Amino acid sequence: MEFTRKNKQLLSRKATNDGHGENSPYFDGWKAYDSDPYHRSQNPNGVIQMGLAENQLCFDLIKKWILENPDASICTAEGVDKFKDIAIYQDYHGLKEFIEALAKFMGRVGGNRVTFDPNRIVMSGGATGANETVMFCLADPGDAFLVPSPYYPAFARDLRWRTGLEIVPVDCKSSNNFRITRAALEEAYEKAQRSNINVKGVIIANPSNPLGTILDRETMRSIVSFINEQNIHLVFDEIYAATVFSSPRFISIAEIIQDMDCNRDLIHIVYSLSKDMGFPGFRVGIVYSFNDVVVNCARKMSSFGLVSSSQTQYLLASMLSDEDFVGNFLRESSKRLAKRHHVFTKGLEQVGISCLKSNAGLFFWMDMRPLLKEQTVKGEMELWRVIIDEVKLNVSPGSSFQCSEPGWFRVCFANMDGETVEVALDRIRKFVLQGKEEDHAAPETSKRWQKKNLRLSFSSSRLYDESTMSPPMISPHSRIPHSPLVPAMT
Amino acid sequence: MAFATKNRQLLSRIATNDRPGENSPYFEGWKAYDSNPFHPTQNPDGVIQMGLAENQLCFDLIKKWILKNPQASICTAEGVDKFKDISIFQDYHGQKEFREAVAKFMGRVGGNMVTFDPNRIVMSGGATGANETVMFCLADPGDAFLVPSPYYPAFLRDLRWRTGLEIVPVDCNSSNNFRITRAALEEAYERAQRLNINVKGVIIANPSNPLGTTLDRETMRSLVSFINEKNIHLVCDEIYAASVFSSPRFISVAEIIQDMDCNRDLIHIVYSLSKDMGFPGFRVGIVYSFNDLVVHCARKMSSFGLVSSQTQYLLASMLSDEEFVENFLKESSQRLAKRHRVFTHGLEQVGISCLKGNAGLFSWMDMRPLLKEQTVEGEMELWRVIVNEVKLNVSPGSSFQCSEPGWFRVCFANMDDEIVEIALDRIGKFVRQGKEEDVAPKKPKRWQKKLHYLFCCCR
Repeated sequence: MEFTRKNKQLLSRKATNDGHGENSPYFDGWKAYDSDPYHRSQNPNGVIQMGLAENQLCFDLIKKWILENPDASICTAEGVDKFKDIAIYQDYHGLKEFIEALAKFMGRVGGNRVTFDPNRIVMSGGATGANETVMFCLADPGDAFLVPSPYYPAFARDLRWRTGLEIVPVDCKSSNNFRITRAALEEAYEKAQRSNINVKGVIIANPSNPLGTILDRETMRSIVSFINEQNIHLVFDEIYAATVFSSPRFISIAEIIQDMDCNRDLIHIVYSLSKDMGFPGFRVGIVYSFNDVVVNCARKMSSFGLVSSSQTQYLLASMLSDEDFVGNFLRESSKRLAKRHHVFTKGLEQVGISCLKSNAGLFFWMDMRPLLKEQTVKGEMELWRVIIDEVKLNVSPGSSFQCSEPGWFRVCFANMDGETVEVALDRIRKFVLQGKEEDHAAPETSKRWQKKNLRLSFSSSRLYDESTMSPPMISPHSRIPHSPLVPAMT
Repeated sequence: MAFATKNRQLLSRIATNDRPGENSPYFEGWKAYDSNPFHPTQNPDGVIQMGLAENQLCFDLIKKWILKNPQASICTAEGVDKFKDISIFQDYHGQKEFREAVAKFMGRVGGNMVTFDPNRIVMSGGATGANETVMFCLADPGDAFLVPSPYYPAFLRDLRWRTGLEIVPVDCNSSNNFRITRAALEEAYERAQRLNINVKGVIIANPSNPLGTTLDRETMRSLVSFINEKNIHLVCDEIYAASVFSSPRFISVAEIIQDMDCNRDLIHIVYSLSKDMGFPGFRVGIVYSFNDLVVHCARKMSSFGLVSSQTQYLLASMLSDEEFVENFLKESSQRLAKRHRVFTHGLEQVGISCLKGNAGLFSWMDMRPLLKEQTVEGEMELWRVIVNEVKLNVSPGSSFQCSEPGWFRVCFANMDDEIVEIALDRIGKFVRQGKEEDVAPKKPKRWQKKLHYLFCCCR
């Protein structure tokens, strides 16, 4: 104990505080999954991973392209002569072909309404690195950013941990489908001011994680006019841009400002290929700013986490400049996401569970409020632990997204094959119907799942005890077909 | 102007200060090269790049291995079935095979005197990211690290910029071949204390950049005992470990602490494949700490700069091929030794001496006899002539915070043999010219006369 304390003083505050955010209950579900992962034949009663926002639906298309384009790799006979030049290329501007291909891709994803300038594209280590980099450029320790809730859990780490910034949530509610209203923004801003918190900007994920919705034009214009008036920054994390699978179409902030009078030095975009293409392992993060000083600063910072590897830049430059392939990929991906979304939401409807109407993302926002024993966070956590422990689905409770209304859950659907979808739906149906039967049979008796002792205790919410070196890991070459990621905080 | 000021207030202090350090003269040579780069046929009078510490000597071996191992790539017919699993793998622990291969490689590079534990290996965005991450873990804004000078210029950015730390240099000079003495460490430490600067540790690069030397066992033991006594950290950046080409052999700090009584929680290593393998583009940085908390913290921070899974996969395969690694390290050493010999011998013949080095991708050249005055200004004058007239981009000692003017770092492993000859030829001509002019002493040296033309491009 004495030694641990002494050790802690030896290290920085960042090393010894909770800024990394991994002590949230969000990770308990991961633990359950890791210790008992579902496998169709080897572990059919295991926990199904539905807490991971990954896009695994289109790898057949990728594989086909790879085989048809051996010169895109520096490791094939066709491409190996490029190995040396690529392996030594560490210019933080990035490979010219890569940033040009990215700019084109982003334009395509934005419906070809905007042209993105390759010279404003700055690389970073995934969107994780991009968000942190933007914060380092825009704000000082102690400053704050407004973040509409519910929001991506890892924002707590990415925006705050090493930067020293604060998050001021802007509460959005189901009463108006979680829209971001001008009133809510003003209220959050004023609340911050009264507490002497210096708000430097607003950061929004559009499409939204966890809601799976996109912002309409009116809301976007209203937000731009708000930040313009307050002279604060606006950061749009558009990481799910190409996951939009039904109308209305995605509108990039770059398109909105084209016909608005606003200070472009306040506008910044974060992008990534982790969701749209399904390549989180390649660490392709992008900072795109309309502010020249920010572009230059972010570029210098990209030395700390340059997008993956020149090897990967080279491969993707080739892939993303293949316009035929990109066109087809985006179309197919949309279709498959739409279908998957439809299967799930229809299946849930049939047992009386509704979801927020959405048209994007790799997940849906499920309304479990009717099933809560009490409409509180505690009630939500109880239900959640049952879903993990008994229904054997790792879904993510709304409280981990700082949702102000208990009872909502994010459920990911794009990281599994069709059969697993059926198994998952089946389990949910059984669970809900069981609850209804019990209601019918003996309305005074509390539901069976409510009576059972909850196996997961509330106290232990730390995923990794400091005394253990590393948790059990599963390599991508394991027999288990779907790579569990610990702890991909997506 | 008002807008620029307004813009500055809009942004963070980090975004608007000078800490990234790209305004240093170090980068002028780069600009000169960029605007007039040497090419053997297309631009034979251009500037030869000798300011870039890259290892380009062994790509033939790499290419041969790549062609023989198509399964190591996820883009070949043999490997494409792995594409999906690899491209979705973003676990910040890193691929197990990758960590194991890197641990084995580090052990081999350390002469097989130490076994490295794969569970202590944490990824980062190159050594650049690794050094910054270690600082974030060990110290708070305002704290300081002692850094023996001369040191790698980008430490100013990597250790200080976003972390808010300070560097306290430990001056080493040529009187004892730039050795790091206990006395110098104590002096720097006490100096810091008197100024109320909280020193959290010492960071050294071993082998040294820019000196090209390795630390001897005695110096290392003395360093370890110093930090242990003061209860401060020791970070060893061992990025050039496998670039040792002649004796004495490389000794990792991991080996030193094996038979020393010291608090291992204070010992941390930074490593990378950018120099030893010649893969700077792949951004493979490693933090290896003997302190469990630091391993955990750095691992969480690695989310900000993970190595691409595609690259992890390739390198896991390459570095576990023991035969290949054995042969590569042997060949690389031999070729570096030869290049070093050719270069330093060529310099000797025109009367220029270098610090006796046995590692690294560069030589530490002594140009003090050629300085008009033994000052930083004198050094910068000479440097500008070398860049603009001799057309070699070399790096002036002042950019490494060297306390003695007149030393220059010259890189030799990023070019082929013919260019080495051309470079040596140019240096030879330049020196001989200076000597000829010395014979007619009343006239100032031709290069000194041209200075007033050059000052206009001085920043």
